[in-house]
Amino acid sequence: MKRLATTIAALAATLSAACAEPAKIGFITTLSGPGAGLGADLRDGFMLGLKKANAEDVEVVVEDDAQKPEVSVQIANKMIQNDKVDLITGIIWSNLTLAVVPNVTRQNMIYISPNPGPSQLAGANCNKNYFNVSYQNDNFYEAAGDYANKDFKKMFLMVLNNPAGKDAAAGFKRYYKGELAGEILVSVSQTDYAAEIAQIRASQADGLFFFLPGGLGIAFNKQFAQSGLTMPLMGPAFSFSQDVLPASGDSVLGVKNTASWSPDLDNPVNKAFVADFQAEYGRLPSIYAAQSFDTANLILSARKKASIKDTDAFRTALEVADFASVRGDFSFNTNHHPIQDIYVREVVKVDGVLTNKILEKVFDNHKDFYADQCKM
Amino acid sequence: MALFIEQLLNGLQLGVMLFLMAAGLTLIFGVMGLINLAHGSLYMVGAFACAAAVSATGSFWLGLLASLIGAALLGVLIEIVVIRRLYRGDHLDQVLATFALILILSEATRWVFGSFPLYLNIPPILSGSVPIIPGGGAYPVYRLAIIVVGVLVALGLYLLISRTRLGMRIRAGESDREMIAALGIDIRTLYTIVFALGAALAGLAGALVGPLQSVQVGMGEPVLILAFVVIVIGGIGSVKGALIGAILVGLIDTLGRFLLPKLMIAIVDPSAAAGISAALASMLIYIFMAIVLAVKPRGLFPA
Repeated sequence: MKRLATTIAALAATLSAACAEPAKIGFITTLSGPGAGLGADLRDGFMLGLKKANAEDVEVVVEDDAQKPEVSVQIANKMIQNDKVDLITGIIWSNLTLAVVPNVTRQNMIYISPNPGPSQLAGANCNKNYFNVSYQNDNFYEAAGDYANKDFKKMFLMVLNNPAGKDAAAGFKRYYKGELAGEILVSVSQTDYAAEIAQIRASQADGLFFFLPGGLGIAFNKQFAQSGLTMPLMGPAFSFSQDVLPASGDSVLGVKNTASWSPDLDNPVNKAFVADFQAEYGRLPSIYAAQSFDTANLILSARKKASIKDTDAFRTALEVADFASVRGDFSFNTNHHPIQDIYVREVVKVDGVLTNKILEKVFDNHKDFYADQCKM
Repeated sequence: MALFIEQLLNGLQLGVMLFLMAAGLTLIFGVMGLINLAHGSLYMVGAFACAAAVSATGSFWLGLLASLIGAALLGVLIEIVVIRRLYRGDHLDQVLATFALILILSEATRWVFGSFPLYLNIPPILSGSVPIIPGGGAYPVYRLAIIVVGVLVALGLYLLISRTRLGMRIRAGESDREMIAALGIDIRTLYTIVFALGAALAGLAGALVGPLQSVQVGMGEPVLILAFVVIVIGGIGSVKGALIGAILVGLIDTLGRFLLPKLMIAIVDPSAAAGISAALASMLIYIFMAIVLAVKPRGLFPA
């Protein structure tokens, strides 16, 4: 009799674990300073994902990292020790992700990256507790390099001088077959590009590929338009994302950029997401919001299968990636990075608002370059 | 050669823009003995005031006016409410209080305008570019206009300080604060005027740069750091030093970014050259500042 009672108790415990006890998620993102627009999009996309699924038992602790690596590490520790969160996500930048992830995963806590995918964490330093829902940094640039072969023989390459920028240059050069007219790394604190534009002009390049996210992209787009240069521009989605376009002006119309997602991507989940996001926040979602929406849905999908308190079981549930992505087909590679399609988009104007539309698919079910180096 | 001239102009343009920032900073330090970290926030407020006025009225000139008036009024407000209490305190108190002002003004701006950058474009009359270098490429009219404005402001400041009664008081304030108060000059009003003047110049710089860059929260801090480098090089408190220092920093920064890759490419392979020269170029002005301080510890033109 006593034995039966214990069995029932154990059974009940297992059942209740499976049907979702309250969860607490730590969301570290940039909500002050120049990167705050991206952080707002990530946060809003994530919250929309939870709201649409009626996940009222999921508590989200949002903290501002001010785009500083040391602050993000402090917040992560505070979230683990004081707030007792079950999982951490939210960081926008590669250098912050590189600072936080080893620290979080070491404490047997899962970290899910909603935006950057630095090559280090995809390859040799991959970790079973680290997931990336967005992309491996090189991916968009590989697609851009591949697509550039069509139209360009002599491209100029300009990227940020940081981990993300170095992945960008590596990814682009891996697929681009033409000649490089020049290569410049620019500082992340630089907002005037007159000296670089003069060099690009002098290089006689037939096209310019650049990676400058957020406000840096806006500054460059405007200065390039004023320079009188007419060579075609290309970039990753970050240089022409929904957070950059409205402030850049009409000069960026027709520019091609690569991404895993676009507001016009034709699937029911995405259509609902774009409409819901506009209704909720009164603006078009950016790629950051889309990735973050997927992050929320990935976590919710795993909660249906395992308790978030049981790291091993929850990790296995995450690996399945059993959720409907706004990007259509989505699965995890062995290194916990996405296998997904990559598209070329074009900047267009719809109802007076600058946005992107898909031009063509460049890669089908693209895997990242570093997966083989990952021994989990 | 044409490329070199173009880069010289770029350096000059960056220099005069920095001068607009540094002039106010150095005047405020020279006359009032105040380290104003919130100067970058006034620059940001100028840009936002301009963008808001342009989107409301459609006129860039009204935007410029709005930036001048907006930044000057905010300067007066800040001086009366906060700064006045700090003159007797040491520099650490000033740094703490004005740092707090950065945070307050940034978040207040975000509260009013949101997290996303505003759009501000060049007025049509100044858009496009003109061929000014024989045989070379064209140069944007707007950047030329910034150079002209900077030169006019420098000239105006020179006349104001050397030829007017207010200028005389400012100079007197720089050399002996107690004495001019004892002579019956209302030092508090003088301080407010100087602070508002510095704020207006920072606001003007922000509005001028707005169409070139992104009008967003936090845009002032990178410029503030450069402006501090400028006044340290030029000699703290000296407007002449600020002018020379700003142009030197502008030229060194621009030419460094332009020439270093060419030098490095001759030594190492192109990929490594890009990395090394980017790292060196971003250090160059600080190296220059260190050298200046080693040779002339009080800057080029000590006040």
